[in-house]
Amino acid sequence: MGDIESENQDIGNKIKGLAKNLLKEKEVDVIIGYTKGTVPLSASPVFITREEDVDKLLWNNLCYINLANYLAPRIPTLYDDEGQKLKVGIVAKGCVGRALIHLAVEKQIEIENIKMIGISCNGIINRKRIEKEIGEREILEMSILGNNIIVKGRDFEETFPFDEYMNELCKVCKVKSPPNVDGSCVGECLENPVIENDFNDISDFESKTSEEKWAYIKDTLSSCTRCYACREVCPMCYCNLCFVDQNKPIWFGKTTDFTDIFAFHFNRSMHLAGRCVSCGACSSVCPMGIDLNLITRKLEKIVKVRYNFTSGLDKETVPPMMSFSLDDNQEFMLEED
Amino acid sequence: MNENTSETEQLKNNDDEWEPKILAFLCNWCSYAGADLAGVSRIQYPPNIRVVRVPCSGRINPYFIVKALIDGWDGVLVSGCHPGDCHYLTGNLVARRRFGILKDLLEFFGIEPDRVNFMWASAAEGERFAVLVRKTTKLVRKLGPNKKFEKKW
Repeated sequence: MGDIESENQDIGNKIKGLAKNLLKEKEVDVIIGYTKGTVPLSASPVFITREEDVDKLLWNNLCYINLANYLAPRIPTLYDDEGQKLKVGIVAKGCVGRALIHLAVEKQIEIENIKMIGISCNGIINRKRIEKEIGEREILEMSILGNNIIVKGRDFEETFPFDEYMNELCKVCKVKSPPNVDGSCVGECLENPVIENDFNDISDFESKTSEEKWAYIKDTLSSCTRCYACREVCPMCYCNLCFVDQNKPIWFGKTTDFTDIFAFHFNRSMHLAGRCVSCGACSSVCPMGIDLNLITRKLEKIVKVRYNFTSGLDKETVPPMMSFSLDDNQEFMLEED
Repeated sequence: MNENTSETEQLKNNDDEWEPKILAFLCNWCSYAGADLAGVSRIQYPPNIRVVRVPCSGRINPYFIVKALIDGWDGVLVSGCHPGDCHYLTGNLVARRRFGILKDLLEFFGIEPDRVNFMWASAAEGERFAVLVRKTTKLVRKLGPNKKFEKKW
């Protein structure tokens, strides 16, 4: 394998080939994939139903959207004219596959109606970091050349090394391809994945004192405008009525006062414990560039350490928050001395 | 208005006067009865807890705890039946999973985990209830007033 540029070409061609095949064999009715975005530093989702449109599909390192979101239950299931459920093909990087499997575990989608086009993801660009470094200048074009990211504007051109400007979660990602469950995956898939993780990337933060942690969290989260982009893009946030939108009772205020922002992010994290698949979409879409990856990663660690569970790897294991055991660890409970 | 603020400020700043306020969620079947027994047996324990009776510790939603902290309570205590003794068979086991994650997350977000405490106490354990309430009060008192959440408007 060569550089990122040629890898992208390869992956793109594989997607096109598999998609064409699936449509030709009538194995799927519609394919959800990525196409060129309308603004620089983005890729748009695309729904393809005809074989001749397959060439619109592509793979670049900006496919940060988790396509599983388009199958989450708040979006109506796709039906054909006779009222039959459509079979859906979906371009799946590792985290999309994990999200689909976890949604199937939660009985929100039927994995039998889904065909994953498995690819071996080579990482997503941390677009927020690039935007931050470019500052107020306007980005007109972005391309990958060799192992570098080239960002062009009206009178500037900057180069960023890809390895460094990759999404933090992608740097430590162990599931590059979707796990194969019930033969729902074609292309590159993982069979019975077992992943080992040392979580060294968050040990720096964990070793801080609680005052330092609070200061950091306060500093990072206080720019939140409560636009809920993170919630909308999350494949696991499919509640019909989110707790922050509830007004009977009003659990938490809707202001951008820090207490309310904290309540939103803290409770959202609680809801995602044991469910988050670490796709990093929430950080990628945040208009304020808040780094939610840290929380995501911690959630993964808590669930792994406490209940030895990683979401979205197989269909049989019951997620920790959906079950219980008499012998759970309870070292945190208050005891008499 | 100003007078009021300065008064509350004064109260908050005066360490001698400050007493921790702890919101205690007690399950109807064990801990509430345990607290009752402690009372009937005339066992002394600090008056810092304010009790909310809930049907089961499994009823405790993390919202309750976060909201209590945001509303300015210095500490939260949740008490239920011992594992295996739940009136609804498994309510406290479900709750325990939530509490573990909640406690880890609180610590990660930089809130002192000692502010939120969980315990088991059966209806026959008046003495244990009193001991653990004393312990909670001590832990929270050591942390001082909960000043992290002050709503500006």
